[in-house]
Amino acid sequence: MRAIAAGPLLLFMLLALTPTRMAWAVDPATLSDPVLQARYEVLIHELRCVQCENNSLADSDASIAADLRHQIRDMLAAGKSNQQIKDYLVSRYSEFILFQPAYSWRNAWLWGLPMLLLMLGVGIAVRVIRQRTKMVDNEDDADVIES
Amino acid sequence: MSPRFLVPLGVFVLLVIVLIVGLNHSREVGVLQSPLVGHEIPDWELPMLTDPAKSLGSRELKGQWYVLNFWGTWCYACRAEHNTLLQAQHDARVQIIGVDWKDENSADALDWLSRLGNPYTQVVTDKAGNTAIDLGVAAAPESFLVNPQGVIVYKEPGVITPQSWQHEFLARLPPQSSVPATTAGGS
Repeated sequence: MRAIAAGPLLLFMLLALTPTRMAWAVDPATLSDPVLQARYEVLIHELRCVQCENNSLADSDASIAADLRHQIRDMLAAGKSNQQIKDYLVSRYSEFILFQPAYSWRNAWLWGLPMLLLMLGVGIAVRVIRQRTKMVDNEDDADVIES
Repeated sequence: MSPRFLVPLGVFVLLVIVLIVGLNHSREVGVLQSPLVGHEIPDWELPMLTDPAKSLGSRELKGQWYVLNFWGTWCYACRAEHNTLLQAQHDARVQIIGVDWKDENSADALDWLSRLGNPYTQVVTDKAGNTAIDLGVAAAPESFLVNPQGVIVYKEPGVITPQSWQHEFLARLPPQSSVPATTAGGS
C-alpha cells in the first residue's frame, strides 16, 4: 500500500524539482524557421539584460529586454550571424552585455589570473609538502624511538 | 621563522588596501560607460512628436551642438530631471532635443509638456525603440552631448542634475559658440 503511494509522490516531487529553461521564458514570440529559433534561444541566454543586470535577455521581462529580443529576431531574420549580432550589441552597450567576456588581450588578466593563481598555489603546496617530508625523514633518522 | 610569519599578515593588509581603494574609486555599480563616446553618433532619423509626417535626424543637426535626451511619460526619474532641463534650456549655446521613448500615445507626451513646460527645441518620438538600441540606451533618462562634427563627446547615463549640467555638459561647450541654438537649422 505504502509502496504504491510513494511511486507517484516521488515522481511528482522529482518533476517539481525540475525547472526547465522554457518555464522561465517571458517572451512567447517565435521565429518561423526552427533553425533560427534555436539560434535565438541560445543567443538570448548568452546576452545580459542591460537594465536588470544579472538576468539574461531570456529571463527578463523589462521593456528594454523585450526590445533587444525583438532586435535580435529582426537581425536573425535578416540573415546576420550570431557573431555579427553580438558585435553589434557590444558596439552599442559595451562588452558588459556578454555573459562570457571575449578572449581578447584586454581581458587577458581576467582569463589568465585564475590559472596563474592556481599555478602559484600548486607551487607553494609542492614546496611545503617537500619540506614537511624532509622534516619527517630527518626526524625518522634522528629519533627512532618516538615512532 | 619570524619574518616568514609576517607574510600572511602583509598579504592580508595589502588585500584590505586594494579593496578599500576599489570601493572608493570604482565607478558606481551599474553605470556603464558607453562605447559610443568619442565616436560619431550612429545615424538617426525620427518622426516629430507634433507632426509625425515630418522628421528630424542627425544629418540635419550636423554643424550644431545638441543634447539628445531620452525620456518618457512612464519614466519616474524623467519627472525629477524635468526641472533641471527647464533651467538648462536658457543657455543658448546648446539646444536640447527630446526623444519621447516608448510612449505608446503621443497625446500623453504632449500633455506632459503642456503641463510641466517644454524644455526642448524639438521633440521626436521613438515608439518602437530601435533608435534607443542603436544608441545603446538602457534606461530613461539618458542624454548624449553631440558636437558640430556629429561626435558624441559625453553621455549622461542617468538623471541630469544642475551640477552635472554645469560640469559635464556646459564645461565641454566652447565658451562663445558661433552657432547659437536659436538661429540654428540653416542646412
